[in-house]
Amino acid sequence: MTNPIATRRQFLGLAAGGAAAATLADTRRAQAQTPTSARIVIIGAGAGGTALANRLVRRLAGAQITLLDPRVEHLYQPGLTLVATGLKPAKYVTSKTTDWLPDGVTLIPEKAAAIDPVAKKVSTDSGQMLDYDFLVVAPGLILDHDAIEGFSLDMVGENGIGALYAGPDYAARTWQAASKFTEEGGFGLFTRPETEMKCAGAPLKHTFLIDDIAKKAGNGSKIDVNYAAPQSALFGVPIVAEKVRMLFKDRGITSHYQHTLKAIEAGAKRATFQTPEGAVEIDYDYIHVIPPQRAPDVIRQSGLSWADKWTDQGWVECDMATLRHLRFPEIWALGDVAGVPKGKTAASVKWQVPVVEDGLVSAIEGKEPTETYNGYTSCPMITQVGRAMLVEFDYNNDLVPSFPGIIAPLEELWISWLMKEVALKATYNAMLRGRA
Amino acid sequence: MKDLTFETLIAVFEEIFGRGLFWFMFVAAVVVTIAYLYVLIRDRSISWRKFLLAQIAMPIGAVIAVWFVLAMTHSRLANIGGPVDLIVLLGVAAGGAIGSAILVYTIQSLIRAPSSEE
Repeated sequence: MTNPIATRRQFLGLAAGGAAAATLADTRRAQAQTPTSARIVIIGAGAGGTALANRLVRRLAGAQITLLDPRVEHLYQPGLTLVATGLKPAKYVTSKTTDWLPDGVTLIPEKAAAIDPVAKKVSTDSGQMLDYDFLVVAPGLILDHDAIEGFSLDMVGENGIGALYAGPDYAARTWQAASKFTEEGGFGLFTRPETEMKCAGAPLKHTFLIDDIAKKAGNGSKIDVNYAAPQSALFGVPIVAEKVRMLFKDRGITSHYQHTLKAIEAGAKRATFQTPEGAVEIDYDYIHVIPPQRAPDVIRQSGLSWADKWTDQGWVECDMATLRHLRFPEIWALGDVAGVPKGKTAASVKWQVPVVEDGLVSAIEGKEPTETYNGYTSCPMITQVGRAMLVEFDYNNDLVPSFPGIIAPLEELWISWLMKEVALKATYNAMLRGRA
Repeated sequence: MKDLTFETLIAVFEEIFGRGLFWFMFVAAVVVTIAYLYVLIRDRSISWRKFLLAQIAMPIGAVIAVWFVLAMTHSRLANIGGPVDLIVLLGVAAGGAIGSAILVYTIQSLIRAPSSEE
């Protein structure tokens, strides 16, 4: 016979233990706040600006933090490749900018119109003037679609034209054009720009995915997949470039090196490339356009850009380890706009944010910062639906695997696909909230 | 991954399922586990008859778990590409098997008192 009262007491004890464990899991690492009255302006409330704001409000007490960003929608850009292949709907990548911002910061829904780094002032579109003690420039970059002659965004989705970088709706329209190609076949032309770009793996992923979807639909014999790049290699990191070259060979994808897309004729479905041998015309049934990418005009006009590097692109002149501006020590660059050799990905932002946070808080406290950015970039390089390679590297082009011996970086794995498909957005959102 | 701490992991799971659903599932798992421990303590022994039925549920739970994960992630078994993939797949199957066994055993024990059975 069991005593019901005794067992109930035991039961309640266990339940209480469980609840205590749950509470423990929810406690945040408490960090002492630094009191300050500093005025901090963050230009851009994208991945970098938002994550930084969330971390700064936890580190600083009394700081006046202002974000400038006219965009109502926040974009989860790593999801665009999935939208452009019909694996996720367009709304998968959108949320509201204000959903992620902490209490105690001010969002001005306007663009920065001008920055005066000497007088330490930022003016907005409507003429509002903001004085700052510290400035973080994180406005992202500009997709220069006008640089491709004959191309405009309203063409996306029709006549075999795709452009997934342009945003969620354009990514969905890209899938309209691309899915037609996977069914009807023809000559597929996948391009990338010669400038620095967001996630250099994305053009390759789109190529791999469209090729895979066509083949799995039984239309492999109808497609001729071609990848055209201005560079002489398929990826900036040599060991990854070689692996992709082998995969392309395996899949029957033809590479065209030193081909820079200059113009398209949508009606005739003809693309013009600049090559060392002169202009080359290629007829296509499907083309994926990724335009040249540059820093926003406000950055280039304010004198924050490098004077001797990327002069046609205007990335912010900053130290590659601390991300601090080389001429204006109260300014940091964060995210796509930073003039560093690598790192225009969300994964890089995740590594950069703690560095800028440390630099800024140390400057307020009058201490030497300790955190540095090593160029870490990560790219779950999708090679087919269901498999990816978890490629991670740094400034030196060294592979820096997070799970050495467990997840091989140059192996096509299901677990790497799972990371992209399931865990990545979750990690990204946790980063936005300043918790990862 | 940078700073892969327990806290980060919780944050990631909260984001995958949504905060409400994650903690609901967490609490559900805790409740089932506590209920399981409760019936073990109450009965002071394992009922091998109930355990047999629970064991029969194991392969079903394993298959359902694998099917669920593959369906949720646009994957197929052919995507298994390396040893770590196989380990993950077996882990999912094992999780489904053990979970379903505990669930079936606990439900049986709760709806049927030990005295009426033996």
